[in-house]
Amino acid sequence: MTLWWIVLLACAGTLASKFLGYLVPPRWVAAPRPNRIADLLTVALLAALIAVQTFAVTDPATGGPGVAVDARLPAVLVAAGLFAIRVPYVVVVFAAAGVAAALRAWLVWPG
Amino acid sequence: MADRRAVVSSGIAVGIAVAAYGVSFGALAVAAGFDVWQTCILSLVMFTGGSQFALIGVVASGGLAAGPAAIASATLLGVRNLIYGIRMRPVVEPSGLQRIAAPWLTIDESTAVALAQHRPELRKVGFWATGIAVFIGWNLTTLAGALLGNVLGDARMWGLDAAAAAAFLGLIWPRLVTRQAGAVAVGAASVALLVTPVSVPGVPVLVAGVVALIIGWWDVLGRRGSIA
Repeated sequence: MTLWWIVLLACAGTLASKFLGYLVPPRWVAAPRPNRIADLLTVALLAALIAVQTFAVTDPATGGPGVAVDARLPAVLVAAGLFAIRVPYVVVVFAAAGVAAALRAWLVWPG
Repeated sequence: MADRRAVVSSGIAVGIAVAAYGVSFGALAVAAGFDVWQTCILSLVMFTGGSQFALIGVVASGGLAAGPAAIASATLLGVRNLIYGIRMRPVVEPSGLQRIAAPWLTIDESTAVALAQHRPELRKVGFWATGIAVFIGWNLTTLAGALLGNVLGDARMWGLDAAAAAAFLGLIWPRLVTRQAGAVAVGAASVALLVTPVSVPGVPVLVAGVVALIIGWWDVLGRRGSIA
């Protein structure tokens, strides 16, 4: 599978969702359950992505996937703190990058 | 008229805020191995931030082999746009070419600004103003980020991998207002980490989606406390 196929198929999948929404008769989803699951699915997938993005590594011994604590964790914790005090999104994203970059550059932090 | 102008400016303000992190998307996509064209097509066609970040995140960690999981993650994250579409059709009442433009522009931001208005005509204005402002801003800054990313080189040296995690955190933050959402977030993150060492990249995120199905189906910790 080439990168182009990944791009095109994923675009098709997400666009299909958008167009289907305008075609589905509203009464099909009048029940709260589908709405609730769609909302929670977004939360679950994003939370899982955050976890993976923060902790997943390639295990140097086996070459397979693994989990480790490195410069990304303090960066994400700083980001959480900044979001909690309502610092604007972009500033937080840059701050997180800065924390990880600085730890790696100056503290010889693992990973 | 004054109301109308206020709605348009709030739409534009949202567009500017979102555009600012288009730069981080562009840079991260290039760091994940996508070229500038592919990066721009994602923003033009997919045009839904969460799915776009998910796609490049999974490909960044798993490479081409993680393609199917990356596509599935992006598609599943986009399912909320389906629900938005159902809510927005009677609000926007699209006709002619709008039947293509309206679903295309149906995202978190345009839906939120539209539904925050109380008069039907202002809801329409809010939808279109926000959708168009975000579309223009998001695509211009994606291009800028992709070009910038090409110059930056090693993404990790600049902390861009941590920036991706922070970007997701920002997307999820406004949704963590209920105990139910918080429980789903913690549960899904734990499941993903448990599964990570024993599976291939992309799969842990999909498996974590099951947490939402279980809690959502039985409305665990829900406000109503009863099964819908």
